[in-house]
Amino acid sequence: MRGFEFEQADDVQQAINRHGSSDALIAGGTTLLDLVKLDVMQPEKVVDVSRLPLKRIETLEDGRLKVGALVSNTELAKHEIVMRDYPVLSEALLSGASTGLRNMASTGGNVMQRTRCPYFRDPAMPCNKREPGTGCSAIEGINRNHAVLGTSEHCIATHPSDMCVGMVAAGATVVVEGSQGVREIPFEEYHLLPGETPEQEHDLLAGELITHVILDPPRGGGQSYLKLRDRASYEFALASCAAIVNLEGDRISEARVAMGGVATKPWRATAAEEALKGQPATRETFERAAEAVMQDAVAYSHNGYKITLGKQAIVRALRDATAAARA
Amino acid sequence: MTTETQKPQRVDGTLTSIGQKKPRIDGTLKLTGGADYAADRNLPNQTWGYPVSSTIAKGRLVALELDEALAMPGVLDIFHHDNFDKLSRSPNDFAAANKVGELRLPFEDNEIYYHGQYIALVVADTFEHARAAARKVRAQYEKSDDQLTDILALDSGQGDLPGEDVPGDASSRGDADSAFESASIQLDQRYSIAHENHSVMEMHASVAQWENDMLTVYESSQGVVFQRNALAKIFGIPQEKVTVISHFIGSGFGSKLFMWPHAVMTSVAARRLGRPVKTVVPRELEYLNTGYRPTSLQRVRLGADDSGKLLSIHHDGCNETSPAGLHDDSVNGATPSMYACDNVAVTNRLVTVNKGTPTSMRAPGEASGAFALETALDELAVKLDMDPLALRHKNFADRDPAADLPWSSNHLKECWDNAAQRFGWNKRNPTPGAMKDGDEIIGYGMATQSWEAMRQHCSARFGFRDDGTLLVACGTQDIGTGTYTIVAQTASEMTGVPIEMIDVRLGDSSLPSGPLSGGSFATATVLPAVSAAMKEALAELKTLATAEGGVFENVDQDSITLRDGRLVSGDNSIEIAELLRQNRIGLVDGEASTKPGDEQDQYSFRSFGAVFVEVRWDPGISRLRVARICSTIDIGRAINPLTATNQVEGSIVMGMGMGLFEQIEYDAHGYPYNNSLADYIVPVNADMPQIEVELLDYPDYLRNEFGARGVGEIGLTGVAAAISNAVYNATGKRIRDMPISIEKLLAS
Ligand SMILES: Cc1cc2nc3c(=O)[nH]c(=O)nc-3n(C[C@H](O)[C@H](O)[C@H](O)COP(=O)(O)OP(=O)(O)OC[C@H]3O[C@@H](n4cnc5c(N)ncnc54)[C@H](O)[C@@H]3O)c2cc1C
Ligand code: SF4
Repeated sequence: MRGFEFEQADDVQQAINRHGSSDALIAGGTTLLDLVKLDVMQPEKVVDVSRLPLKRIETLEDGRLKVGALVSNTELAKHEIVMRDYPVLSEALLSGASTGLRNMASTGGNVMQRTRCPYFRDPAMPCNKREPGTGCSAIEGINRNHAVLGTSEHCIATHPSDMCVGMVAAGATVVVEGSQGVREIPFEEYHLLPGETPEQEHDLLAGELITHVILDPPRGGGQSYLKLRDRASYEFALASCAAIVNLEGDRISEARVAMGGVATKPWRATAAEEALKGQPATRETFERAAEAVMQDAVAYSHNGYKITLGKQAIVRALRDATAAARA
Repeated sequence: MTTETQKPQRVDGTLTSIGQKKPRIDGTLKLTGGADYAADRNLPNQTWGYPVSSTIAKGRLVALELDEALAMPGVLDIFHHDNFDKLSRSPNDFAAANKVGELRLPFEDNEIYYHGQYIALVVADTFEHARAAARKVRAQYEKSDDQLTDILALDSGQGDLPGEDVPGDASSRGDADSAFESASIQLDQRYSIAHENHSVMEMHASVAQWENDMLTVYESSQGVVFQRNALAKIFGIPQEKVTVISHFIGSGFGSKLFMWPHAVMTSVAARRLGRPVKTVVPRELEYLNTGYRPTSLQRVRLGADDSGKLLSIHHDGCNETSPAGLHDDSVNGATPSMYACDNVAVTNRLVTVNKGTPTSMRAPGEASGAFALETALDELAVKLDMDPLALRHKNFADRDPAADLPWSSNHLKECWDNAAQRFGWNKRNPTPGAMKDGDEIIGYGMATQSWEAMRQHCSARFGFRDDGTLLVACGTQDIGTGTYTIVAQTASEMTGVPIEMIDVRLGDSSLPSGPLSGGSFATATVLPAVSAAMKEALAELKTLATAEGGVFENVDQDSITLRDGRLVSGDNSIEIAELLRQNRIGLVDGEASTKPGDEQDQYSFRSFGAVFVEVRWDPGISRLRVARICSTIDIGRAINPLTATNQVEGSIVMGMGMGLFEQIEYDAHGYPYNNSLADYIVPVNADMPQIEVELLDYPDYLRNEFGARGVGEIGLTGVAAAISNAVYNATGKRIRDMPISIEKLLAS
């Protein structure tokens, strides 16, 4: 057996002091345990952060909602403020995994979950993300589940999270803490594009951990999360869309659109937002917005269908969000 | 026994146990963790095996670097080609009950035939040590780049299918070529079904132990006798020296019918180490080394006249097979029997690919063939502008046209009409896309279902004990289908002893030889043997009772009957247990063997059914869901309607998998892309439609005295066709390649 050290952290400072660059934190363990058993992640030390006092959800004075990194996906989805003010996030969370997994999964762990690219998960296969410089097996291989937005010639893996897509739409800030102190990072800047360094997935420095995610003040309007996949449940998104629509009469005053399943990171679809602003809330407008997002899409041998599917997700999510705004 | 079966007969109202909805007698054991599955077994001084497998699809293994692995903690030994025992292959003969899953022995040579092929087995003191060391074994290969994993890519799209012809599979009647040429309505289409995997919950496992020169293997097996016989041949030892035990199985679906190489590796390691060895096949290798339903490609040509009468049927099949062992799925085996048609020709071909050996997967062959034939019929109905159900009625075969024999019992017409009526088929609008509900378009489709009703030879033992309990033993298995329960029901029915007092022993090759749990023949095969053994034991009891000084001294044995656990003659009776106690005998038992008789040559035995499907297609988001499935099945008498219905429901869900999701994909390098439970998509609970199954209950007394045929597989046949036919009705898109994925729907 490949052994590793195991330590428990009771407060954030301990967690920071105890973990170095070749170590891993464990919260719910639903990503980490799989990857360690598969030999994809080989931490020398595992620091248990599941007991850190980061389990609260509180409204800040400026109207934002501060979510502790150890709030479970279930608690967050079922929290009354989230259900009322951030329904898109609640729906996104509930569309992910299964009840059992959501009970274990933490907010911080979800942000940090890793791609489901099968080549990444098999240490026998070349993969730039797992072993930089070995090549990308998916580009030449099967890439049905891979991204059409934000790819590079080094990696085309999707970021698999639903929650993060809801957070991008709602607007959020990731709060991290390390020996250098606390940093606040806009959610959209937290995950990185693969570029030439697909192994660098996020803006988290060695020794830092996520302590909170702070959601922007509620945007109101109508909200909708739509997740498209082969089967009805228990599968990662092939394409998903989180939409928030604010109306003034029949026109869209403001819209937020984010996408999952089609991009290498939780994707803020600013092109769609611009195409929607000030326009009548009609099917034609939604279709133009969808086209605007996907005009930069690059298809590989097996995933061209995602361009169509992604557009469909946008159009339907906007329609449903608009209907909710009118209700 | 009656031979008049064409007249409907409902179940005899006097039965008290057979035909009743009895919950599984092993349910409590399973729910409380008391059921001993193979991998649960831990023997004193046991060690653990963990396999190392090939990461290339084709080539040669040049070298194995073992030093680092051998130095790892707990490692006892590593077995591979250079140090493995020289063994013999099993004769691989179904009739001699020694067929194996993969003919090639593990480590037999250094050739690599497929990705995942075992190249070494690490044995260590714990599972974790074995796995960690296995990952440190480094292999050097000479890689060939001409591997083949996709037979569909070989197809030209017209004319003959690719591959080598299998002459023995070809059959014909009449002159199909001329009849097709001259038919006013013609259809010529190709169909395919992707490589599917059984994806069993309980992974394959062997725990092997040698005591002196006797080998015992605890295995998750659908055929303990087959595995016993095969191991004896491989090790060159008498059958009596091998015992295979499989008390409980967490699903098999065919992948556990025949032994796979892990059992041989594990048995060799146990002999060499002189300690028991346990090997559980890792999940990712489950998809590569324990069989699968091979990819199949089919061509169907139908000729008909303007009234819809079938004038010709051509059905050509082709499936992939392996260099490590041959598997012929014979997808069109049932076609010649299905419809009244004078001119029929079927052929089969095989293509060798770089994958492990395919095997039977629930309703092997027929499920694949029924998909093509029943989709083609739907296409023909469109050409004819005819209702698909009316087209089936028009071509009903009132005797088996292939064997030219009468059916033992056939209620297919009632299946069609009963299911159609419950489903509401008359509300179907044949114009594609015409039925709408909000964002969704509704489609209706149907197909005929069928499975051969086989029966095999079987032995069983039946005993009466002095505490009033019964012992019933047979070397067959309960693979979760309910065999324990129906054997107990049968024993209870025959003796009047309550079910709770019946001790059923299965899953042990040292018991009287029983059949494989496969082919849907276990019920029809085992129950007659149980009955015959009971009669042997009863004769013993009567001899005892009529002996000098016995309760029935001087009574004619023929006047003695068995009722409520008592021997009865006139007004006199005695409890059997009491009779035994009086004679100071613990157990009176009998053993018997039964097999089908000459009814095999006089009748054709087949089960039938009809399946109707409603799909919902949301074109705005390319979402296809199955909303409703209605099936009516004619399987003779259902010994236990609960377990029988459950078999059909489970089969239907598997048919949904074939139609919508399931597919193991290999990339251009022969790498299996989705061999994991997360990436191999099967239906989950949220996909479950409303499933309504009705079993017609017409006993088939020609099959056996209980009137029971089998039920394990028929429910799967036709489901994928009914789904794709419904998809056509909803979308106007004819998807001929299963599964019907989002990209196929978008592309067509
Ligand atoms: C079968 C299955 C299906 C799934 N389906 C979906 C799905 O449909 N949609 C979806 O969105 N997700 C899905 N998931 C993923 C799931 O949401 C994540 O595994 C989960 O959110 C991870 O949270 P965790 O607390 O268990 O993380 P852990 O496994 O404990 O940790 C994950 C990673 O994050 C790091 N980490 C944990 N906490 C912190 C922190 N506070 N700061 C910095 N780093 C940290 C760990 O070191 C580790 O590298 C699925 C998972 C499984 C196993
Ligand atoms: S897509 Fe990314 S994660 Fe997948 S094989 Fe390529 S580099 Fe690795």
